[in-house]
Amino acid sequence: MTSLSPSVPALRSEFGAAIGRHAVSSGQTIVYVDGSRSHDVLAWLRDTPGQEFNYLTDVTAVDYRDPERLLEVVYQLRSLGRKADLRVKVALDKREPLTVRSVYHLWRGADWLEREVFDMFGVTFTGHPDLRRILMWETYAEGYPLRKDFPLRGHFSRAEQTRQALAANPEAHYSLEELSLAEAYGELPEDMRERLARGERGFLK
Amino acid sequence: MTLRTVEMALATPGVDAAGHPTRIPLGVSGDNGTYREDLGAERMLVNIGPQHPATHGVLRLVIELEGETVKRCIPHVGYLHSGFEKLGEYRHYNQIIPLTDRTDYLSPMANNVGLALAVEALMGIELTERCKVLRVIACEMSRIISHLVWLGTTGIDLGAFTPFLWSFQERERIYNLQEAWTGARLTTSLTRVGGLMADIPDGWEAGLREFTSTFPKTLQEVDTMFTRNAIWIGRTQGVGALTAEEAINFSLSGPMLRASGVDYDVRKDRPYLDYETYDFDVAVGEYGDIYDRYRIRLEEMTQSNRILEQALDRLSRLKGAPINVSDPRVVLPPKSRAMSDMEAMIFHFKQVMEGVKPPAGEVYMGIENPKGELGYYMVSDGTSKPVRWRIRPPSFINLASLPTMCEGSLLSDVIAINASVDIVMGEVDR
Repeated sequence: MTSLSPSVPALRSEFGAAIGRHAVSSGQTIVYVDGSRSHDVLAWLRDTPGQEFNYLTDVTAVDYRDPERLLEVVYQLRSLGRKADLRVKVALDKREPLTVRSVYHLWRGADWLEREVFDMFGVTFTGHPDLRRILMWETYAEGYPLRKDFPLRGHFSRAEQTRQALAANPEAHYSLEELSLAEAYGELPEDMRERLARGERGFLK
Repeated sequence: MTLRTVEMALATPGVDAAGHPTRIPLGVSGDNGTYREDLGAERMLVNIGPQHPATHGVLRLVIELEGETVKRCIPHVGYLHSGFEKLGEYRHYNQIIPLTDRTDYLSPMANNVGLALAVEALMGIELTERCKVLRVIACEMSRIISHLVWLGTTGIDLGAFTPFLWSFQERERIYNLQEAWTGARLTTSLTRVGGLMADIPDGWEAGLREFTSTFPKTLQEVDTMFTRNAIWIGRTQGVGALTAEEAINFSLSGPMLRASGVDYDVRKDRPYLDYETYDFDVAVGEYGDIYDRYRIRLEEMTQSNRILEQALDRLSRLKGAPINVSDPRVVLPPKSRAMSDMEAMIFHFKQVMEGVKPPAGEVYMGIENPKGELGYYMVSDGTSKPVRWRIRPPSFINLASLPTMCEGSLLSDVIAINASVDIVMGEVDR
């Protein structure tokens, strides 16, 4: 239980330099993967006989207190048949755009999980078909709440938060996408249609 | 699946030899062309929630309808977002436990156990025997009350009122037990790192014994009411079905995963709290529809009852045994010693002021919660507050499959499918 997962040497011989350091913490194996190859590595882990990590337990991210440390996107993989776990991490430099390839098409379970990481940490998953905020609302402008540079009470003052909440039009909670997909669009009040025609994104204010 | 159903049903029409009720073909289905023609091809947008009794909390569904057929379902979550994960980064490990009460508030005790297990795994703490047994009792009691709420509310969603009263009556008995144990009915905060907040009070076992001996009768009644009920079968069989491959691909867990025929239960496959030493069965479905999810939850309550009985037997052998580990780093010394002994006072002070300090490292600890696999991913940098506390929320991940399950079904089925996922918005939104 406390030893290194045999998947790590297998990964090294398959992907070579794309596999970074590894560690064992509390008996669980962590392996770092180069961001540009992460999709290939995860697909290989899912499909290769002997690995068969067919179950994506979780996708999340970690921002460390040390501002110099890289932000990590964490994939918890599991093989239901072999009863084995592996934690794959992709480290991203916060000074550059946080981008990693989506695993939506490998595991549909990644859909909301990646949206949540995008929402909370601002990591963009390229290739995700519907990457938008999930827990916070679409027009949320304070930033990414689970980043360490985000204060516990948010960036805006309580007064500003209240003002924005009161200014929101409670009848206009449909996103542009939802309104345009249905014929209900034709029955909307004139002013709402005008605002849609002006190209207002997301939820109407 | 259950033996007693087979016995009761052998001579009953509508049940096949295997005891499984005969599948009643649905009169209408998503691709039934006549309905579309009748109602025209006009598409309509229907909004359900966030304030709607059938969404089981503040879930909002925007549904695109063609006639009565769901073309697309767009869920909106986040109305109950409380930022627990962020808040946890500002709290000591033991101070996080009250936050876990409020995530999946239908099974608070099981969440408490999961959190304590995660921190203990990080620190390498070996629990006492009595603590493990009491935690198993807490987990299984939670499973029963959570499934009872699911049963009652789903019954109401589909028009059956009586089982709601039965299940809430039974649930009340467990809430009384929880109150006697922890002083709270809902916000139990039962565990502490290295043990428990309190041992059970005197005579508490008798109350639980009484529950475990009479509870199967209620399950029997529910079984009679639902399992071969034509309306129930018509509303649930073949509705919202997912195959095993889909269920795995969607990262489903708990009854949702097992209903699709995947035999995976965290208690069996990566046991914690000595679950491998308990004698219980894991119910696995076949069709992956709402009906199978119902059968699995019903069977899980029977199995939980079995586990509770076994745990009570073990508890009687462990009378007077300690519930906390004897590690001054994590457990407060007795107050009398803290007042008279210098060393004990220092440990007391350090723990109250600084909290427990796991070594730098990280751990993912998953437990089988009523809703599915609840995982806590903890990253520690050696201080008394976690760098990251991630909840792997089973409701959230299970709910993500809702659009796929709803597509092509009827609008009224959306309510049934949503109910079958068994979500708690406190956990979905965290």
